[in-house]
Amino acid sequence: MMFVMLVGRDLRLIARSPALWMPVMFFVLVAALFPFAVGPDARLLGRIAPGIIWVAALLAALLPVETLFAPDLEDGTIDQLASRGIAMEVVAAARLTAHWLGFTVPLLLALPVAAVLVGMDGATGWRLAQALLLGTPALAALAVIAAALTAGLRGGGALAGLIILPLALPVLIFGVGAATPGALKLLAASSLVAVAIAPFAAAAALRGE
Amino acid sequence: MLFEGVDFTVNPGGALVLEGPNGSGKSSLLRLLAGLLEPAGGNISGGGARAYLGHDAALKPRLPLGNDLAYWARLDDGLDRLPAAMAAMNVAGLAAVPCQHLSAGQRRRAGLARVVASGAPLWLLDEPTAGLDAASEQLLVAAAAQHRADGGMIVAAVHGDIGLMAPQLLRLGQ
Repeated sequence: MMFVMLVGRDLRLIARSPALWMPVMFFVLVAALFPFAVGPDARLLGRIAPGIIWVAALLAALLPVETLFAPDLEDGTIDQLASRGIAMEVVAAARLTAHWLGFTVPLLLALPVAAVLVGMDGATGWRLAQALLLGTPALAALAVIAAALTAGLRGGGALAGLIILPLALPVLIFGVGAATPGALKLLAASSLVAVAIAPFAAAAALRGE
Repeated sequence: MLFEGVDFTVNPGGALVLEGPNGSGKSSLLRLLAGLLEPAGGNISGGGARAYLGHDAALKPRLPLGNDLAYWARLDDGLDRLPAAMAAMNVAGLAAVPCQHLSAGQRRRAGLARVVASGAPLWLLDEPTAGLDAASEQLLVAAAAQHRADGGMIVAAVHGDIGLMAPQLLRLGQ
């Protein structure tokens, strides 16, 4: 019940901030840029399309990192939650859920647009949507860990990027290889591990502040 | 070591005022009591639920004040106490105002309304009168008296007298 309230609050705050549409705009723009950068070779584009979409999704997940914990630490929200005896693990898990919902749902809605921009066919697009659904929890979990680690630091967002990008490699590899048998399972496994670890890692980082 | 050898008890209906120069550890002692810091030694017992008012109001700029306070009141299971608490701190008329438009004193009153609505027996107030005008200070005095009459406890870090009736005194930084 309390968890639902925390998630609801976080979603309400996301809905009122640019954090809702910024990552999606970014996602579509990156996908739109690639055909210009690579050239209009439809076969080449078709081959690298899933990779483009995944990199765009990864960057989109990174965008709101600075708003995940830093404002709450600064304005005393974390203190208020902690003084009520609410475990930081629960706060971090709620934030992870809200962040995932807040950026995956708009991302999947924008996916058809991005797929058209990079010239992807329907079957590939459908497989990619499944892969994104399975892989984005891991991206959200990494974002939450990095946000907690860098909250309160100057230039924390850039540092968070450096922390997340190498750790996101397995997700990227399994996600782009979604056509290979078993890749989706490995993708789901990466998400499970990241989501299981993230609340504890983020809570430890927040308590250390 | 910020301070050591500090020992006190606050009974139901009691109030403890923490005094001392800047940096003497008043806020840190309140954060210890609120469970936000771990003591290097010694122990803190009792109290039950506590309501902490820190320097920061923890109000979200884009949310209307009523919306924001209602969230905390729901967390505290005290939504029915909120209207009275907001009236007691004279912020009922600000319910529809986004928090970014509130003045420092209004934010302070909103923070106090959250404390009053929490229903927690122990209030931990860090300079509760900072930014308040004389009329608002009187509202705080009245709310504090009512809380203590109901068997509540208050620990407050202050500079100067804030009008609590017959408080215990603890001087830090001697």
